[in-house]
Amino acid sequence: MSPGFRLLLSVIPFALLGGCSSNWQSALQAHGGPAISLKQLIILIVAICSVVWALVMVAMIHALWRRRQAWRAPMELIPRRERRMGVIVTGCVGATAVIIAGFTVASFLTTRTISVPGKDDLTIRIRGLQWWWGVEYLGPDPARRFETANEIHIPVQRNVRLVLEGDDVIHSFWVPSLAGKQDLIPGRINEIIVRAEHPGTYRGQCAEFCGLQHAHMGIVVIADTPEDFAKWVDAQRAPAAQASDEAVAAGRDTFMGKPCAGCHTIRGTQAAGTTGPDLTHVGGRAFIAAGLLATTQGSLAAWIADPQTLKPGNNMPLVPLTPDELRAVSAYLASLK
Amino acid sequence: MTETIARAQILDTALERPRLTSQLAQTWKTESGLWGALATVDHKIIGRRYITTAFVFLALGGVLAILMRLQLASPEARVIGPDRYNQIFTMHGANMMFLFAVPVMEAMGVYLVPLMLGTRNIAFPRLNAFSYWIFLAGGLVLWISFALDMGPDVGWFAYVPLSGPQYAPGKRADIWAQMITFTEVAALAVAVEIVVTVFKQRAPGMSLDRIPLFVWAMLVTSFVVIMAMPAIMIASTSLILDRLIGTHFYNPAEGGDVLLWQHLFWFFGHPEVYIIFLPAVGMVSTMVATFSRRPVFGYLALVMALIATGILAFGLWVHHMFTTGLPRLGESFFTASSMAIAVPAGIQIFCWIATLWDGRPVFKTPLLFVIGFIVTFVMGGLTGVMVASVPFDTQVHDTYFVVAHFHYVLIGGAVFPLLGAVYYWFPKFTGRMMSERLGRWAFWLIFIGFHCTFFPMHVLGLEGMPRRIYTYQPDLPWHGLNLFVSASAAVLAAGFIVFFIDVFVSARSGNPAGDNPWDAPTLEWATSSPPPAYNFAHIPVVGSANPLWEQQGSLDVANGLHTDRREIVITTLTTAEPQARESSPQNSIWPLFAAIATSIMLVWSIFSPWAVVWGSIPVAITLVGWFWPKGTPEDEA
Amino acid sequence: MRSLLSFVCMVMLCGCQREERQLRLDPPTADALDKIALMPNRIGGAPPQVYFALNQPYELNAYNLSQGKRLYTWFGCKSCHGDGQGGIGPSFLDGWWTYGPEAVSIYASIRDGRPHGMPAFKDKMTTEQIWQLAGYVQTIGAYSAKTAAPSRNDEKQTRPAENRAPAAILFNEGPAPVHPDQGPTP
Repeated sequence: MSPGFRLLLSVIPFALLGGCSSNWQSALQAHGGPAISLKQLIILIVAICSVVWALVMVAMIHALWRRRQAWRAPMELIPRRERRMGVIVTGCVGATAVIIAGFTVASFLTTRTISVPGKDDLTIRIRGLQWWWGVEYLGPDPARRFETANEIHIPVQRNVRLVLEGDDVIHSFWVPSLAGKQDLIPGRINEIIVRAEHPGTYRGQCAEFCGLQHAHMGIVVIADTPEDFAKWVDAQRAPAAQASDEAVAAGRDTFMGKPCAGCHTIRGTQAAGTTGPDLTHVGGRAFIAAGLLATTQGSLAAWIADPQTLKPGNNMPLVPLTPDELRAVSAYLASLK
Repeated sequence: MTETIARAQILDTALERPRLTSQLAQTWKTESGLWGALATVDHKIIGRRYITTAFVFLALGGVLAILMRLQLASPEARVIGPDRYNQIFTMHGANMMFLFAVPVMEAMGVYLVPLMLGTRNIAFPRLNAFSYWIFLAGGLVLWISFALDMGPDVGWFAYVPLSGPQYAPGKRADIWAQMITFTEVAALAVAVEIVVTVFKQRAPGMSLDRIPLFVWAMLVTSFVVIMAMPAIMIASTSLILDRLIGTHFYNPAEGGDVLLWQHLFWFFGHPEVYIIFLPAVGMVSTMVATFSRRPVFGYLALVMALIATGILAFGLWVHHMFTTGLPRLGESFFTASSMAIAVPAGIQIFCWIATLWDGRPVFKTPLLFVIGFIVTFVMGGLTGVMVASVPFDTQVHDTYFVVAHFHYVLIGGAVFPLLGAVYYWFPKFTGRMMSERLGRWAFWLIFIGFHCTFFPMHVLGLEGMPRRIYTYQPDLPWHGLNLFVSASAAVLAAGFIVFFIDVFVSARSGNPAGDNPWDAPTLEWATSSPPPAYNFAHIPVVGSANPLWEQQGSLDVANGLHTDRREIVITTLTTAEPQARESSPQNSIWPLFAAIATSIMLVWSIFSPWAVVWGSIPVAITLVGWFWPKGTPEDEA
Repeated sequence: MRSLLSFVCMVMLCGCQREERQLRLDPPTADALDKIALMPNRIGGAPPQVYFALNQPYELNAYNLSQGKRLYTWFGCKSCHGDGQGGIGPSFLDGWWTYGPEAVSIYASIRDGRPHGMPAFKDKMTTEQIWQLAGYVQTIGAYSAKTAAPSRNDEKQTRPAENRAPAAILFNEGPAPVHPDQGPTP
């Protein structure tokens, strides 16, 4: 189909949506290789099905309101008409079968297209936990691996292999603008290929009901240019930033002395807990609490002050802090860029 | 000699009409008062009870839906917290699927199948009574536990490990699993009764090609129930075992498999939706014929389509698991089979449109609901073809797109025909017509409310909104559509309220209906409205598929049955030649006692495994009471 | 009839208590729950009034007990106490509670530590978490399983689940005899 026609087809769903421009969690705003193939298939099937539905409606409306001949008793059937209707119905059923066969083939071809193995030099291990995402960047050299949480950076125009592991219950990794979804199932390891065509921020959410805070289990995939990506990786590999001033140092001490260090890791300090997200570079992430709040000192303070009101039922306890302690800790965490 | 003469005088050949009907009424009656109501085995009373109870559950489930829509109308709303919301959507799904949709379809069959076949009662009438009490008990267990903050909160399909022993504390998931047992026993009982009734109790002359399409639909549905229910029985029982005594069916660390649950559940779960849909197909075929004033086009094709759907329904279940990482070739097979089931559905739609085309449509309320069904179900079926495609599904699985799809096929494909069927058969059930005016109001409110509520969900799903979320964040662009959806849900609710008002008002003061107010062709219209306890004064003999249209005025009948004891005619399987006279059981209180004993055992087993041992004793006692020969005349034959 | 009705109501209400989920403990309540009254020898004592006002939530509530089970793994109890059968630290399943079986003693053990190696978790866990863990530890060693007790975890199985009363199964010698060195009873 011509580029103009394709453009026209792709505009129709946008028109339906009223032109939402800042939406980066949408199957119809496809910015990744797999998502683009999927969107083309979606548009194709939706278009054909719409036409089919319209034709059936036209047939039904005509059947109901056409002008008829004189009254006939219920059992007075005309054999010629019955035969002709039989031929037409058979034809329609045949057409249905052909269309469905076409859809099946199109689906299979699309699946093949998006399952390209690709060069695997970038592999990221994603762990799904109630209700956050553990991220570990793997590579050939174990010393250069590092962990983060809830946010992934990938270089553009490169296939990235995500290895999906469910740690507790079934979750589902879904960033619709980049790819379809794949489940994280305890006891098995799944994989998905994502690929971003342009730099940008793409949001996703867990798509398999996983308990109390399934609604707040977001993930962010940021596609960088290769240079930006390399810079980001180096920054992430480095241990946490040193405290820049007294307030921040006080916050760090509070963090280590309170229950925080028991659950969270900040590389380069004595905090080495493994049950909560890694906070080594939390200040540099776009969101905290798995996509709940944009990262600022204020939102960090709000989160720490009362996680159970913002995300009721999640596994972070309400640690009682004095206002000074809260200010200090949030300043410390905000400084961990 | 005198005994033979005496016996001959109580056969229906020997009696004149007034004496015949009064004698039959005496033999087949249900006593008045509480005991009579508890002990009846009359399929019509039990069927009406079943339908009413199912509609009560529909209303309750609708209230839950309104609560959900209130919470989702704005982002980060604080109307309902996550724990309560999880209970609400689990209850909504479980209630609608297990306590409304399947039971109401079974119940329509319980009421109508014996009448359409020209027999006096359903097969195994006491089992029928037991089925209702077990169903009611299951519903009460679920709703009372919800009222006590113990309602299940793991989704209506309760995936492990979320519903497993580690992540679902307390007894909530056990309540869900045991409710499954209650409702599946009830459904199995009715399925068995319907199969036997359809095979062996048809009116003489009603060969297989003369069976009404609604009865064919119920027959295929019953086979699907019998084949599918065991899978969920295994699944829910092994879940209870895992939770209660520590087995490892779903524990990967000890050799179990998380995906085993999904396979078992969906092996049942997919046929389940056809269990709901096929009876509705039968209702549509019936109403299309009556309101087109001609026999439905393509009887053989429609029967073949029903059977093909029932068989194919078992080959689709993996389409619920397309994102679990199964092998690609296997998944593609299920894409092909899931799309293939659109072919029988297409056959049905085209045959119905052909019937309307060639007939003379009478635009009464039932036909309006049929038209609404065609509009809605075709759309739902087409979105079904969309989600059948593996790659398409990887984007829309577990999003509001799927929510839209299944509401289109379930409400469009099952509830619309059901509402039309209520308007259609209400005169037969109660002897009164429903109001055409209120019927139109109900239809249009429901139709418009439904489409405005559920169509935008397709867009929401494609726009990234997952399912089963109790709220969403303001920076996502879903607020406008969600608000619109919630407002439209009020219109849909209003439509249902108008429907319920119509039912209540018409039951009291609707216009009296004659025997056959719609001039319909099937046998249930050959008796009075409502039918007497004995259904037909004489067993009809049929010579065609549309007896009341072929044989205008009067029907041939068979006679020679006793009138002093409950007797029915057994006929052969294919050609329905009379084979034998068979007794039909009298009223009995034992099904109620057995249901109470079974309920106690099942509820107790939520808390202790010993319930299965000790609780079996009362069940055994009640079964002994049930089958003990009572010296009634029916025991003879 | 009335007694039957009240029995049914009691059963139903117990159900309520078992199943409710309190996701957020108010900080003032958490403060109050920390003010246990221990005996001078730090064995036994009384929980604060608010504990009874809340209907003993950490012993009778399934959600709290399951959270306690999660915390048992998360805070490394397994490294010394194993799955409850002990190791470096004492067993909970042998019928002998060094500091008594009351929830308040277990709470004090976890919060303040005990001699000979039990660390204090006062700075590592919140009050609510310590109570949840204490209630859970109590169920490990209970001789009769509570309905609210958690079931097996999705991991390798090394002892019967808490709702199967592992203490009774593993050490089925009847009531444990009084230990010869038993100190003053609380």
